[in-house]
Amino acid sequence: MDQETGLALSTLLISIARGAAPLLFAAMGGLLSERSGVIQIALEGMMLMGALFAAITSYFTGSPWLGFAAGSLAGLIMAGLKSFFVLKLRTDQIVTGTAINILAVGIAPFITKILFQSTGSTPNLPIEARFVYAPLVISFLLSGGLMYWFSQTRSSLWVQFAGEAPQALQASGISVGKVRLFSLLTCGLFAGMGGATLSLCLASAYSPNMTAGRGFMALAALIFGRWRPLPTFFACLLFALTDAIQIRLQGATTGIPVQFIQILPYLITIIALAGFFGRSQAPKGLGQHI
Amino acid sequence: MKQLFPLSLVLILTQTAFAFKVGLVLDKGGKDDKSFNSSAYAGATKAQKELGIELKYVEAMDTNAIENLHRSFAKKDFDLIVGIGFAQADAIKKIAAQFPEKKFAIVDGEVNLPNVKSLLFEEHEGSYLVGAIATMKSKTKVGFIGGMDIPLIRRFEMGYAAGIKKQNPKATLVSNYIGITGEAWNNPAKAKELALAQYNSGVEVIFVAAGASGSGVFDAAEEKKKLAIGVDSNQNWMKPGFILTSMLKRVDIAVFDTIKDAKEGKFAGGPVRFGLKSKGVDYSVDEHNDKILDAETRKKAEELKKQIISGQIVVPDYYKKAK
Repeated sequence: MDQETGLALSTLLISIARGAAPLLFAAMGGLLSERSGVIQIALEGMMLMGALFAAITSYFTGSPWLGFAAGSLAGLIMAGLKSFFVLKLRTDQIVTGTAINILAVGIAPFITKILFQSTGSTPNLPIEARFVYAPLVISFLLSGGLMYWFSQTRSSLWVQFAGEAPQALQASGISVGKVRLFSLLTCGLFAGMGGATLSLCLASAYSPNMTAGRGFMALAALIFGRWRPLPTFFACLLFALTDAIQIRLQGATTGIPVQFIQILPYLITIIALAGFFGRSQAPKGLGQHI
Repeated sequence: MKQLFPLSLVLILTQTAFAFKVGLVLDKGGKDDKSFNSSAYAGATKAQKELGIELKYVEAMDTNAIENLHRSFAKKDFDLIVGIGFAQADAIKKIAAQFPEKKFAIVDGEVNLPNVKSLLFEEHEGSYLVGAIATMKSKTKVGFIGGMDIPLIRRFEMGYAAGIKKQNPKATLVSNYIGITGEAWNNPAKAKELALAQYNSGVEVIFVAAGASGSGVFDAAEEKKKLAIGVDSNQNWMKPGFILTSMLKRVDIAVFDTIKDAKEGKFAGGPVRFGLKSKGVDYSVDEHNDKILDAETRKKAEELKKQIISGQIVVPDYYKKAK
């Protein structure tokens, strides 16, 4: 391999890591939530809040780490709100998730108007207040940690049983409500980190709707990955890979229409959901109240 | 105090009743995109300060909201309603026909109604100039990143490509679009990714016409120590030293003048075109790019500008080609 191909390959790999990081955070969070039996379509909203508060905090403190922490906290609070409605008041999980997403879109301009006199975007962050690659590393470590936790520990079984057979878990003396609360809050924390990655690493400010559907892409990756950490991890990488390739092919003349490559992730998802790669089985207790 | 209250209320009421009311409907990018919409907003606020008009602005969060926003302005006592962006043409066409006594203006769209003024810009002329400037700095490989893939942005690209060819026929243009939906105006992460890929492939200067997504390209330029060219507003200040120049599209002047004319009762419907000649499009020079845009480059650019204005150079127009 000559030097030039090596260079091109390494930039491609970094590009994949950048594209995958927010998806990984959100998908791993969503995985926890869904495995515990709570349908998670509010990833988008949690990411948006994470991105917003990360950008605001980093702007005022100049520290990307504080921003990252604030972003994950914002995701956690959104998840707390969702769990109050879903777990305590037993509302419909899909409707509540949608409400959280819409709420996030509304909160952003409200807050930026107060702070910056702007409708839904923060001022640009200087380079010292941003990350170069730290969140990318964190996203991979986090995915690895979750894989280990799921395969090796007893406590992860509680989460899995809360989703598969909540009654059985309840009967064994473990509170399903508490397990689900833990999963949901952790999900919010992760999704918030995903949002913070967007505004602090991939871009340099919060701009309206900057997630651009990544929350739903993460959900698709998680379903594609059959609700299991390792396949979900690879699904995120695959989505990021198709995006990176598509970016590179746009400039080149290959004869393949760009639009075709752009639809690849979605096409793969549809094929996966249609059961071509084996059955994708959702947790049995998904969406059930206990 | 008690007696004063009704009096002051009457004063306020008469004041609002007499003030010329302008409704501004901004596009998805929002007033803080630091580009296209910011320029329009700047023009309107200038009118608010200098002409004493009453201004109310709204942002269209999605395309379906545009028509309702225009209708609600038209139903109230607004005298002039200004729509920003090509996406609003259909809505204005409909609402302006329903409210023939109201005045409308649209930027980047053409609506043929007697009560609608269409403010159009010769983007290809300005793009030609920055294309030539980019090639003076970049030599062989020059980049372009467009927002949403629409004819308007293709027009930027085509003028830009012609400017490059004029300067160096052998130079290659690497061109990318962020997307095919309105989200493309608001996806700086994707814009940055595209820019990094272009810089890595040897591009030295990238011209970005992508609304709020543009900041992603500037970030990439800063990280890679390369150059970028801004669009619509003067964006040189956003990353001093890394933004070679900005292709100005003086939406602010067009909006201000329209409000002024309407207030003075000189409003006239029909299309108005802003080109290099009327300084409706231009490239920016200020303290932020004074050093990187050297005198020789500027001199050459001014020569080209003169030739375009005099008609010696005819810049290819995507709109005409499409027809």
